[in-house]
Amino acid sequence: MGTQNMISNVFKKYLAIGLVGITVTDRYGGVCPIRGSSMSPTFNPSVGSFTDDYVFLEKFCLDKYKFSHGDVVIFSDPTNYKERCVKRIVAMEGDYISNVGGVVKVPEGHCWVEGDNSASSFDSRSFGPIPLGLIHGRVTHIVWPPQRIRKIDRRIPQEGLA
Amino acid sequence: MSLFQRWAYIVKEALDKSFSVAKFFCAIHVTNTYLFSTAMVQGPSMLPTFNLNGEIVLLDRISTRYGKVGPGDVIIVRSPETPRKVVTKRIIGMEGDTITYIVDPTNSDRTETIVVPKGHVWVEGDNIYNTYDSRNFGPVPYGLLQGKVFWKIWPTSAFGSIGRRPQIGDPAFKVVEQ
Repeated sequence: MGTQNMISNVFKKYLAIGLVGITVTDRYGGVCPIRGSSMSPTFNPSVGSFTDDYVFLEKFCLDKYKFSHGDVVIFSDPTNYKERCVKRIVAMEGDYISNVGGVVKVPEGHCWVEGDNSASSFDSRSFGPIPLGLIHGRVTHIVWPPQRIRKIDRRIPQEGLA
Repeated sequence: MSLFQRWAYIVKEALDKSFSVAKFFCAIHVTNTYLFSTAMVQGPSMLPTFNLNGEIVLLDRISTRYGKVGPGDVIIVRSPETPRKVVTKRIIGMEGDTITYIVDPTNSDRTETIVVPKGHVWVEGDNIYNTYDSRNFGPVPYGLLQGKVFWKIWPTSAFGSIGRRPQIGDPAFKVVEQ
């Protein structure tokens, strides 16, 4: 009887921790890894390193969907909803941006995202502007590995804006 | 019992109580986000499936997460143009489907045919004369889908499930299957 009680107590404790953890990561922010080199040199600067960068993702910006130029955001890939991408917002709604096919106006409620490493990045230059509703959060800090802990700057790219 | 002990007891009790309240709200959040939640449907775009004055419906979050929705399902989707709003529409076609739609049903019969791009869905309101849907803003990425509407719970006269497909001949349902 004693063992059963103890098991159920432990189970209840882990359930509570799980519930609180999921809620906090959903509503306020959490840590997630970055894979691939499309955002190099901001994330994963050295090719073939063993450790991926882990970043802190804040979700307060989702209350009002307020973003600005230069924010690094995580969003679900518009061509495959199970994948997530991390890119930098280059243009917001109403801006004009020059693409391969000519100048494009970013439609209402959308934004134009591009990777920092334009040579190996699958971004808005291929799939066009993305709706802001796809965004999961804004990247604020690199938290792991320790020698790379830093704040992510809001960098405003100069070239490309028409 | 000394004064200090009494205070320590009160503080401990208060912490325990507030933690169980927090747990309760977390449980609500998890249920709402991952299992099912309720939503208020309002406006003319989904007549006759939903009436004008608003109905409260149950929303299933599991099927959209695992890609178990198809043409004919009523879904709630985050509006691509105003990300703070969600709208209720019916899925007409999934990625790769060929859709023929009437561009402007009030004035002409002109139709256009498109192929829904990869990872997108084509959504339309049931009341094609008064709806703002994929015919205006184009196909929407699957990632914007929030959940599948499956049960009306209020008003009580409308209580019941929502059919998977509209009737044959329904103007909103125009899929050309290949």
